[in-house]
Amino acid sequence: MYTTEQFEGIIAETITINGTNGDAIHTYFARPMGAGPFPAVVLAHHLPGWDELYREFTRKLAHHGYLAISSDLYCREAHGTPEDVAAAVRAEGGVSDDQVMGDLEAAAKYVLSLPSSNGKVGTFGTCSGGRHVFLAGCRLDCFDAIVECWGGNVIMSDEQLTDKQPVSPNSYTQDLNAPLLGIFGDLDQSPTPEQVNQHEAELKAAGKDIEFHRYPEAGHGFFYFDRPIYHQSSAVDGWDKMLTFLSRTLS
Amino acid sequence: MCTMICERTEVEGSGKGRDGWFPLEMVNVSYDHPFNAPWEYGVNIDFVNQSRGVGSRVAVELSPQSAKKLADTIIEALKRGEANPQIKVSVL
Repeated sequence: MYTTEQFEGIIAETITINGTNGDAIHTYFARPMGAGPFPAVVLAHHLPGWDELYREFTRKLAHHGYLAISSDLYCREAHGTPEDVAAAVRAEGGVSDDQVMGDLEAAAKYVLSLPSSNGKVGTFGTCSGGRHVFLAGCRLDCFDAIVECWGGNVIMSDEQLTDKQPVSPNSYTQDLNAPLLGIFGDLDQSPTPEQVNQHEAELKAAGKDIEFHRYPEAGHGFFYFDRPIYHQSSAVDGWDKMLTFLSRTLS
Repeated sequence: MCTMICERTEVEGSGKGRDGWFPLEMVNVSYDHPFNAPWEYGVNIDFVNQSRGVGSRVAVELSPQSAKKLADTIIEALKRGEANPQIKVSVL
């Protein structure tokens, strides 16, 4: 509960951490002032890139008491405006799942190494980032909570598989090793409601700790207040569900 | 983004970007989320010269229907131009 008399302060800055293969990658790190201990959240940005929106998401999570960290998952590819970099990455078919997994794990290890960490770390992503955090929940063992928002291509056909994305993420469902919150819009075309149904059914069949919320009036990316697809009531409720989930799983 | 649908081809020509004209090297055509156009999905056309950096890009984001009209219009202009014996395309 936010109250007007409480002290508030965050520090937010660009740092460099060592990601996959020890590569130095730029990272935006926002954290509450004070000794902690604080839980942490690793953000996986969407395909439009390491943009202002994700910096705002990072600061929002720090404002709510999390060590929030968001690496530039395209740092190796190029530098420029987020749109120009993302367009170049899009033309190359995205970045490899293996590379992203290593980068997310590196960010988790970084925040867990801090004396202000409470030893718990979750991960949150939207769009391609939603896909990445589901994969991370299955393939990595460092996360205590997963927030998957409208992850596209969690269910991939054989024709969609590439060298960079060689396995459909839902193939790893049995390996999910952390509670998962799923947030989806019923008007979304990727993932479609049918794909979300399948994703949820596979997780339930595997006996996983999941909580899915579906918003009938929302499409894809409905948290994005800088886009026409923003849907106010769904976004407000989605953020509330997410913060409640993170508080429960990372305290 | 989410679809990862992108077709690419080499092109010759010039594009006018934020720093003026530059020689084109490639065109990337994706069917995915646009950055600016208001739809969830669109046809995003990037004329680029990667050797000059990712900022050397002329970007257009079209609705699928508009993209089809553009493709048809290009073909129609080509037909008329190539049918005219007085027009010769010179290549330096």
